[in-house]
Amino acid sequence: MILIKNGTVVDPANQIHGKFDVLIDNGKIIRVGRALKAPRASVINAAQQIVAPGFIDMHVHLREPGREDVETVQSGTAAAAAGGFTAVMAMPNTQPVNDDATVTRFILDRARESGVVTVLPCGAITAGSQGEVLSEIGEMVKAGAVAISDDGRPVMNAQVMRRALEYSKIFDIPVVDHCEDQALAAAGVMNEGYHSTRLGLRGMSSAAEEVPVARDVILAKVTGARVHIAHVSTRGAIQSIREAKRNGISITAEATPHHFTLTDEAVSHYDTHTKMNPPLRSADDVAAVIEGLADGTIDCIASDHAPHTLEDKMLEYDQAPFGIIGLETAVSLALDRLVRSGCLSIVRLVELMSLAPARLLKLPSKGALSPGYDADITILDVRRTVKVDVRRFRSKGRNTPFNGWELRGAPVMTIVQGKVVWAAEAHDAGGLAGDGLPMVVDDSNMK
Amino acid sequence: MGLRNKHLLGIAELTVKEINQILDTAQSFKQVATRPIKKVPTLRGKTVINLFFEASTRTRASFELAEKRLSADTLNFAVSTSSVTKGESLVDTAKNLESMSPSIIVIRHGSSGAPHILADICKASVVNAGDGMHEHPTQALLDAFTVRTRKGSIAGLKVAIIGDLAHSRVARSGALIFSKLGANVIACGPPTLIPPDFARLGAAVSYHIDEAVSNADVVMMLRVQRERQQEAFFPSQREYFDLYGLTRARMRLAKPDAIVMHPGPMNRGVEIASEVADGPDSVILEQVSNGIAVRMSVLYLVAAAHASEDISQ
Repeated sequence: MILIKNGTVVDPANQIHGKFDVLIDNGKIIRVGRALKAPRASVINAAQQIVAPGFIDMHVHLREPGREDVETVQSGTAAAAAGGFTAVMAMPNTQPVNDDATVTRFILDRARESGVVTVLPCGAITAGSQGEVLSEIGEMVKAGAVAISDDGRPVMNAQVMRRALEYSKIFDIPVVDHCEDQALAAAGVMNEGYHSTRLGLRGMSSAAEEVPVARDVILAKVTGARVHIAHVSTRGAIQSIREAKRNGISITAEATPHHFTLTDEAVSHYDTHTKMNPPLRSADDVAAVIEGLADGTIDCIASDHAPHTLEDKMLEYDQAPFGIIGLETAVSLALDRLVRSGCLSIVRLVELMSLAPARLLKLPSKGALSPGYDADITILDVRRTVKVDVRRFRSKGRNTPFNGWELRGAPVMTIVQGKVVWAAEAHDAGGLAGDGLPMVVDDSNMK
Repeated sequence: MGLRNKHLLGIAELTVKEINQILDTAQSFKQVATRPIKKVPTLRGKTVINLFFEASTRTRASFELAEKRLSADTLNFAVSTSSVTKGESLVDTAKNLESMSPSIIVIRHGSSGAPHILADICKASVVNAGDGMHEHPTQALLDAFTVRTRKGSIAGLKVAIIGDLAHSRVARSGALIFSKLGANVIACGPPTLIPPDFARLGAAVSYHIDEAVSNADVVMMLRVQRERQQEAFFPSQREYFDLYGLTRARMRLAKPDAIVMHPGPMNRGVEIASEVADGPDSVILEQVSNGIAVRMSVLYLVAAAHASEDISQ
């Protein structure tokens, strides 16, 4: 039994925002109330901190199976815990691709054996993510997949996409699309614009993202299926989604912290830690992402955590792979860049990072602090200043453009199903944790 | 005086003063070529490594001659990109070269930004001999030197740069250097081969060659590669030549004393008619001989900047 005292509880689903205590037991929320008493409970003092339902990152590459040298379920979920996340959706572009129930079950087995936070597998839309024939979506859903996506190898054939959307309705799961027209992207390595011209790097036009987003809007309307646009990054794409929502079309979207923080000017020194797909866009696109997050066009924030080895990234810019890690910087970037700057309220942030992904993925007892729900809790300190230091990351990846950045606002504790899986150094955790190391506390021993 | 940076990575980083200093110094080195013994002791005892990841005849020969005339010890690495597992080997190659303590590394590479990787790793001065579609600073410097020699000064001249601007490092460095030196630069080509915001590099943009050539003092043609046709940038070489080829008739629109330049290698009959390339207005071969003096100047000045950096440490 754990009692989290004196914190500011932010629970948008229950319209709670104020000083409350939270009592948890047996991995579930017992209740949220004022001045709760529980003599036998371990007490966590959350004074001057935000207590929120656990954050969910619905776009993470755990790389297992296949590239355990880059990241594993263990290291990736440890990074998630240290980043304030209680659940992550694992994208299917592993080796082999998560396109059948055997792989889905393998990932869930690894999560049971070594996972620090909850792992939600995402299955592939098509076999091998080749964009041709549907994978056995029903089998994967039965095994535990919560969504489907051909992330990184988007379905180019509109008819295959239409069929996938229709078929997904059997299971009422979102179809997550990485929107990139590969012909229009033309082997580009950064955003097309003044900076690509100046640096002599092949540009990827905004149109390469906006054309498939427009296609998906039309297909969502035709099929009535649930389309989710991954890592939306351009003003035009956001405008299409905004209009579609206004017209009652079932479409949702996510944005990444790097797309609301950095512009393509960051590529100037050919640092391959600025290379990702979709690429860093213009200042106007960054403004559009922030507007979309604020006005509800964009439903959630997801990191697109994409670890690569240092050797893979230490290449010429046009040769290096796309992707950066994000689990351990996402929450601080959101707090610093969106909340502290006044663009978003803390309530909206909790919606974006917990409630919305829980609803989108139809997770029955996550995203809120309702009695009986999973005791998944993220505790934040908006005044805590952190300096990003890759050497301290739990992720095996070091590929971030944010190393050395000072950010104000950070997670201080992560609780998954009633267990403290991570606490920041020097946190007054009532003896539950305190050295900054990921640790699992079995609260049955404390009764 | 001297260069602020011991590397020459691009024209973008140079001030007007630095550009003029390189050109002035090239002027004095040009006389060396007229002597019976074409050698000065300036870089005696210094090692210069020529690291060419891309095929190059003229630039490589030009650098090598410049180094020899400065009495440097030179070492040539021609690395065909196909025989190397890219990238990682660039970092490894750089580290290996570094342990040979060269004073200067001259690099030509197919990837934009490759010289920057080298500059980050090596203590040696890095001279960019062309990187991807980014910059080719010594080409721009020798072009500016050639124009200055012919026209006296560059400010106020109309300089037309015509052809495949999208894939050309010569176009970027050229637009930068001529606009920095006060010329009116007009960049011209089919819209499919003009990258976005090219104007911000300091050039007006036109889709019509007659407009670009009209009243020009300098007409600089760029090579158009055959592959571009397959990538649907233009329909055929014939139509390209019809719309953008430099012919004698078009040269009549330019100023009577206008000069024609080309960085080579030329595609005769695609971007330039032979009668223009070999005609009286052409300074194409002069560009080649000026290249040696300009590269001597660059090598001398980066070595000096390197030396003064060592002293100040």
